Amino acid sequence: MSRQGADPIERPSATASSPIVAFQAVGMRYGRAPEVLRDIDLTLAPGSFHFLTGASGAGKSSLLKLIYLAHRPSRGLISLFGQDVSLMGRRELPALRRRIGVVFQEFRLLEHLSAFDNVALPLRIAGQRPESYRADVAELLAWVGLGKRMHAMPATLSGGEKQRLAIARAVVAKPDILLADEPTGNVDHEMALRIMRLFVELNRLGTTVMIASHDQDLVSRFGAPVLHLSEGRLAPV
Amino acid sequence: MSLDGDPDDWTRWKPAPLLPRQDGRDRGLAFVIAVLCFLATLMAFASLAANRAAEGWVRDLSASATIQVRPRDGETDSEAAARAAEALAAVKGVTEAASLDRAASEKLLEPWLGQGGIPADLPIPRLVTVELDPKAPATAGALNGALREAGVDGEVDDHSRWLADVKRSAGAIGGTAIGAGLLVAMAAAAVIAFATRAGLAARHEVVEVLHLAGAQDAFVARLFQRRFALLAARAGLYGAAAAAALAAAAHVFGGSDGFTPVLPMVWNDLFAALPVPILAAMVAAVAARGTAMRLLKAEP
Repeated sequence: MSRQGADPIERPSATASSPIVAFQAVGMRYGRAPEVLRDIDLTLAPGSFHFLTGASGAGKSSLLKLIYLAHRPSRGLISLFGQDVSLMGRRELPALRRRIGVVFQEFRLLEHLSAFDNVALPLRIAGQRPESYRADVAELLAWVGLGKRMHAMPATLSGGEKQRLAIARAVVAKPDILLADEPTGNVDHEMALRIMRLFVELNRLGTTVMIASHDQDLVSRFGAPVLHLSEGRLAPV
Repeated sequence: MSLDGDPDDWTRWKPAPLLPRQDGRDRGLAFVIAVLCFLATLMAFASLAANRAAEGWVRDLSASATIQVRPRDGETDSEAAARAAEALAAVKGVTEAASLDRAASEKLLEPWLGQGGIPADLPIPRLVTVELDPKAPATAGALNGALREAGVDGEVDDHSRWLADVKRSAGAIGGTAIGAGLLVAMAAAAVIAFATRAGLAARHEVVEVLHLAGAQDAFVARLFQRRFALLAARAGLYGAAAAAALAAAAHVFGGSDGFTPVLPMVWNDLFAALPVPILAAMVAAVAARGTAMRLLKAEP
């Protein structure tokens, strides 16, 4: 993984294979509340890079939840990796989830585990042996600037450190899709650029990236396609 | 995990438990499991001792028979008893036959008639006691045949009625112990299931993160299974050890007959405590896994 450069994002070619994510007329609601997402039609090509923008409450996090399979749609069809996941059984979801890295807005770190254990979590769940990933985890932690805090507990980390830790956990298993919900919200400008460069680098290696952000400077700086949500609907930018 | 010394030393890192460590609820649960295992172990000891007592009674009753002799005309009680004893002593499977004199017979009646309360002219049945070969005891039929051949009018009591009662009682005690053991196991399973349900609710955030990172329900259930199996094994060890200590103390201080005269214990009985922690862990593992899988599958 290269650690330099912040070149503009390369668009996937027009002849890219079938979409890695496809939504058809998707709606989503929480419980019996009104739909927070309505009539979403969306396709993400493999290796694409998108920003997801919208005002607070527009449904950015909800849309990401549908992609990382934390929530079922109330209607419509969702296809991931070419498979219809709308009616997929519970047993089949984990294999797909392992191919998706998520940086949660609220981090969702496991407070009783050290930084090292948090980052190693996806690899443990995937059944890898510690000897096979210890060095990778240490290297990644060093790269996100937590090399000296590998064994610190999350409660002792600052907001920015937690965010970097969450990013390290999301990318450690080299996912096919990387979703990030406001991943630069708690870090300074320099670290925000470093994080974005990491995402760009992963994208260059083939990872499909979608970043929810309302940092317009960041969005415009990287020049990736933008999906804009407004009142639960995808709107033209 | 914690690593002493160099904080950058990741080469010695080992994965930490994915569920948070014990909390107050787990300590309360461990106490309940320990008490259940204590009671189960005591029941096992009592069952073994009761079984041993019953075996002893069966052995004693099977090893002897009693013959009530009725004298014929012109024959005294003593003569009839002596003839019966002589005839019975020759039967194969009899090691000894002896007639009880009147004083011995009166002594047998003392519990009902009192000491010295038997008039001298009161007719008392004369008894002959027969000791049987424990390897090949003579049957009641053989004893009756010997009496008939000798022309003695007598009635053989081979204690079979009492034997049946003792065996039935022993079976009832064993069945009761098994039933009580099953009830204890079910109670342990119920509290583990309750604790698993509470644990899943309390650690919902952790479980959700594990799921989103790609964990199968079985992976999550295995965490709870392992947690509660280890807890039950430790609690079972304490409970079984406490019961064994109590039984050992009772054996040492319980008099010459051991635990009590009616529940004779031997030191080897203490080995019955050994499987208790393992059984507790197995029950806990099954209950925790089953409960966790059921609850996780019910999630959307």
